[in-house]
Amino acid sequence: MAGLVKRMSLIFKAKANKALDRAEDPRETLDYSYTKQLELLQKVRRGVADVATSRKRLELQAQQLQQQADKLDGQARAALAQGREDLAREALTRKSGLTQQISDLQTQHTSLQAEEEKLTLASQRLQAKVDAFRMKKETIKATYTAAEAQTKIGEAFSGISEEMGDVGLAIQRAEDKTQTMQARAGAIDELLASGALDDPTGTSKDDIQSELDRMASTNEVESELAKMKGELTGGSAKPAIEGASTADQTAPAPATPAQAQQPEASS
Amino acid sequence: MIIRILGEGQFDVADHTVEVLNGIDSTLQSAVETGDEAAFRHALTELISLVREAGVRVADDYLGPSELVLPAADSTLEEVRALLGDEGLIPG
Repeated sequence: MAGLVKRMSLIFKAKANKALDRAEDPRETLDYSYTKQLELLQKVRRGVADVATSRKRLELQAQQLQQQADKLDGQARAALAQGREDLAREALTRKSGLTQQISDLQTQHTSLQAEEEKLTLASQRLQAKVDAFRMKKETIKATYTAAEAQTKIGEAFSGISEEMGDVGLAIQRAEDKTQTMQARAGAIDELLASGALDDPTGTSKDDIQSELDRMASTNEVESELAKMKGELTGGSAKPAIEGASTADQTAPAPATPAQAQQPEASS
Repeated sequence: MIIRILGEGQFDVADHTVEVLNGIDSTLQSAVETGDEAAFRHALTELISLVREAGVRVADDYLGPSELVLPAADSTLEEVRALLGDEGLIPG
């Protein structure tokens, strides 16, 4: 049979034989291989940790993007309440861009989680084989001459070597996937840092927020003017306040009774 | 006969199943040669499900080698090509 599957197994066997042929005393290859096995175990465990770190980074980013999407949603409502459909439209457009990114992140998250599981299982399988190999190698070293060991070692050696090849491939695939992911995560981090999205501390303001704030402060000035006018002209006449306060941007334009009563409470 | 599915582990498969496997393997081989992605995906999925279903899982601490090695279930055509083309790709 010269199928693909057969060819693959031949490649794995050739790899094992090459390593086995290198040493003069086959018993030396046992110790050498064992060292390699322990190194690979370390590597696969590091691989699991790396993938987990990347996965957590994705989770954090998705959270930040979601916060920003929620904020844009709030801004769209505030803008609509003030009759600014153009601003609301702009906010919702940006939000839909973010929603796309969030869903991309979720897809990547699922794929990383699968990779993490695969690597964890791979490291468990390798651990079991390495333990078995350690016991077998001590038996072989204690019982057999170099010539006898040659044949005894063969099977155990190709078995473990095949597992190592398999685990090595799994690590490589996981590394490739995390690298691609990290490049994209880096780009999103840059976006977040530049304020093009938002910084969650709220120290820098985006243009939609500035516009909403400007409108709110105009309203505030107007209402204060009206209040002063009322005090100058009639004293007892209650000022009719129009517009929302800065603290409550989602409220519709009509007067807020709480604010209207403030002057009386303080006098 | 012991068969490995890369990324999953080893399975013990009866001889009569191996005959069926050989047939699908030829299809897989020609799909890789012609670069037929759909045929490749179909044959690989069929091969792997057959081994999973008909085979008995070999204990993780079994030290013997496998007679046959199957690519991982989610392998792409390019990955399999690379595996076959360059021995250096298998680390360890």
